[in-house]
Amino acid sequence: MTEQLVVVGNGMAGARAVEEILARGGGSRFDVTMFGDEPYGNYNRIMLSHVLAGDEADEIYLNPLDWYRDNDITLNAGVRVVRVDRFARKVFADDGQTLAYDKLIIATGSRTFFPPMDGMWVDDRTLTPGVFGFRTLDDTTAMIDYAQGRHSAVVIGGGLLGLEAAYGLRQYGLDVHVVQGGPVLMSQQLDDEAGAILRRVLENKVGIQVHTGQRPAAIRSTGSVAGVVLKDGSTIDADMVVVTAGIRPNVGLGVVSGLTVERAIVVDDQMRSVDDPDIFVVGECCQHRGEVYGLVAPLWEQATVLADVLTGVDPKAAYHGSRNATKLKVAGVDVAQMGLRTPERPDDEFVRFAEPRRGVYKSVVIRDGRLVGATLLGETDKVAFLTQSFDRGLPLPEERVELLFSLAGPSEAEGAAEMDDSVQVCNCNGVSKGDICSAVGDGCSLAEVMVRTRAGKGCGSCKSLVAQIVEWAGGSSAPDESASWYVPSIPLDKPALIAAIRAQGLRSVSSVFAALAPDGEDAASKMPLASLLKVIWAGEYVDERDAKYINDRVHANIQRDGTFSVVPRMSGGVTTADELRRIADTADRFAIPMIKVTGGQRIDLLGVRKEDLPAVWESLDMPSGYAYGKSMRTVKTCVGTDFCRYGLGDSTQLGIDIEERYKGLESPAKLKLAVAGCPRNCSEALCKDIGIVAVGDDRWDVLVGGAAGASIRQGDLLATVSGRDEALRLTGVFMQYYRENGRWLERTYDFVPRVGLDELRALLVEDRDGIVAGLEERLQTAVDAYVDPWLERRSPATQGQFHGGLPLVPLPLVPIRDGSSSPAGVGLSSGNGAMA
Amino acid sequence: MSAPGVTTHRLGPAAAVPVGEGRAFSVAGRQVAVFRLRDGSLRALDATCPHAGGPLADGQLDARKIVCPLHMRAYSFVDGTCPEGPGVAVFGVREEAGELVVEL
Repeated sequence: MTEQLVVVGNGMAGARAVEEILARGGGSRFDVTMFGDEPYGNYNRIMLSHVLAGDEADEIYLNPLDWYRDNDITLNAGVRVVRVDRFARKVFADDGQTLAYDKLIIATGSRTFFPPMDGMWVDDRTLTPGVFGFRTLDDTTAMIDYAQGRHSAVVIGGGLLGLEAAYGLRQYGLDVHVVQGGPVLMSQQLDDEAGAILRRVLENKVGIQVHTGQRPAAIRSTGSVAGVVLKDGSTIDADMVVVTAGIRPNVGLGVVSGLTVERAIVVDDQMRSVDDPDIFVVGECCQHRGEVYGLVAPLWEQATVLADVLTGVDPKAAYHGSRNATKLKVAGVDVAQMGLRTPERPDDEFVRFAEPRRGVYKSVVIRDGRLVGATLLGETDKVAFLTQSFDRGLPLPEERVELLFSLAGPSEAEGAAEMDDSVQVCNCNGVSKGDICSAVGDGCSLAEVMVRTRAGKGCGSCKSLVAQIVEWAGGSSAPDESASWYVPSIPLDKPALIAAIRAQGLRSVSSVFAALAPDGEDAASKMPLASLLKVIWAGEYVDERDAKYINDRVHANIQRDGTFSVVPRMSGGVTTADELRRIADTADRFAIPMIKVTGGQRIDLLGVRKEDLPAVWESLDMPSGYAYGKSMRTVKTCVGTDFCRYGLGDSTQLGIDIEERYKGLESPAKLKLAVAGCPRNCSEALCKDIGIVAVGDDRWDVLVGGAAGASIRQGDLLATVSGRDEALRLTGVFMQYYRENGRWLERTYDFVPRVGLDELRALLVEDRDGIVAGLEERLQTAVDAYVDPWLERRSPATQGQFHGGLPLVPLPLVPIRDGSSSPAGVGLSSGNGAMA
Repeated sequence: MSAPGVTTHRLGPAAAVPVGEGRAFSVAGRQVAVFRLRDGSLRALDATCPHAGGPLADGQLDARKIVCPLHMRAYSFVDGTCPEGPGVAVFGVREEAGELVVEL
């Protein structure tokens, strides 16, 4: 017997609540009927600014009408519910419908507040032509239509919405005035100083005229809008007026239906009306613990709790309120704000930075060593870090300035001019400023400098500094066309190259050179092409050994003395006594000079001679750990839930499963992963290429683009997913997208910012372009094609595959440490490897 | 057929050097790396990279050069020169009755 669920309100809150209910299996339990004031499916109100600004807005609809049909939801679009009879459990609509309910959700949202003033209205219901709210799709399209051919507009209210409206109208060439009653723009988010900087940007760069401390007294009308009269008696001539002086929750239905209404309809922690356990209220029309929220993030949280309670999935689920944190782009300016704007107590710390000329302002408020507020304007690169610190109360850096700026690495701001010639610029390849300058002196361009000196060709973190020095030294730093090519010998970027390879069915590196490289074979292009062909063709790739770098030919990492390091796979960093015994026996048998625990939670046997590799693998009898490839390397884990007192999720098993599934997959650069069982992040998942953090209730944060190597970067939150299998799946989707789109040697910490987090979310989480299924399918093909390369010990790929590269040099030449003061018991080999 | 002052050395079966790869040999106390280009022809250079002692036989090659695996310095097969530093010696090498022959 299905129950009747009636939802009043088809906006973002109502539709989201229904989505959450369906996701919990509510579709089989309830017949769902929705009422919406507006004659549309459900749309994303936040996108209205984009619509007004003339941006692409095809994605404004969150749920097209098909969605209602597919989920058997009856949608009454353009129908208003006027009363609820709680005792008969019925709703009455303005089209005469009466409908019984078992559960009712009120999500009526809010409406534009039109402050009382002369000239605003023609009659009780009709605004003067030329006066607009900015709340609905109809408002927005009407505004766009009206703006055609007009000259000037006044926006009443200088908050977020008002500035978006002003910015949008500027795009239609109107003179735009913003009238703000208080002294500060966006006073909900910004303090006086930040507000002043924003004002300066809007006036100088966007061309909006701001009038603060002014209140409108009347709208001058001559049948339609002619101007706005201010309280000081002055007048601004204008053809149209947009009113964004606040919103008011739509509580009329609650009032006439006898529900407790203060500023909005009052709810308990389960999102139920305090008067009736069968009536739920969600979104801007509800008041929870005295707060009424007008932003979207709290609404998502409320909808989750509502769905948990209403479906009985978790009857004890509770909403505890949301912390106010926003990150947005207003009028083309990045703004992020959370918590307090200014200090409130005498011992609150307040750290501020202001650079009005560039339109940048940053401040943080710290209480008892915890971040309790932050404001960022113009430059929001630290927002991810600050948000995490704010949400989780993480310990803060002792140097508070690090909260505002990234200080890692050689600062470009130091300027190329002030550096001494002897200063090392590229630490990977030991290139000094002097080396770069002398190359420029010989007439090299940036690209040529990089080829000649190898500066910037290692980890790449110094590239922009190299470019600055070249420019300072008078060289051309113009990016040359070849910078976008995947390999230097083929004039195609990666997507075009992939398309050409697929179209011509090129399965080997030599065939790619023959078909696509104007000058034929090129040594430096071989390794990136071999990697790409493996990504494209998986098991169908034709393996030509010479296309592979030595590490990939012998499946071990070459060391400075020509010996190799051997790292067996130890998924998730979990091993057994038996494996450790085999490792120890192997080390003894082959006189391994150094045994080292790696940063990736594995064991590295260093100083292994190439000739010994097959026998070492046989003796270990463990699979390859891929510590040598541009590939998925390792998944670090913490002890998760089995033993840890704090674990919220079984990070250990998830890490093992990820490593087992995606082992050895080729990628543009190495991939280091980690899974943490709680936000304490003992496995350092915040700074991994892909990091996964359990946040409780089988929910997992998936972060991408983190690094703690040549660069320090905190991973960006791609999504918080429900269920460890979903985390495993999303990890693979990101990995495959990176495999197919990352530039050669481009680590995720460059790839993620280049593509953009929002774009990655749209592509991989929301599947905007419908590419996810294809990514998953191709990833599965790659996974299925996996073969442990260490099995080549039994059938070498080529003659002399494991033959020493420097037969006469005593190996190893590096100093040997054995952990004690006695000399290492290792015979230095001078094995004459000449082939007979 | 050798130039004056040059001795020929037989290094065993030519099949020891696969296409596109290199192998190192000790020849009269000197280390020599022999390479087979993708067109099947042979090249021979000093086996040790003068930069940091890297094994050139483990490098990657094309028709013109061999690239050291340690720091990616490239050496010309024609004259052994390197654009970034000192070069290496080049030796004559050929296949004779299925055997590798180098001239030092």
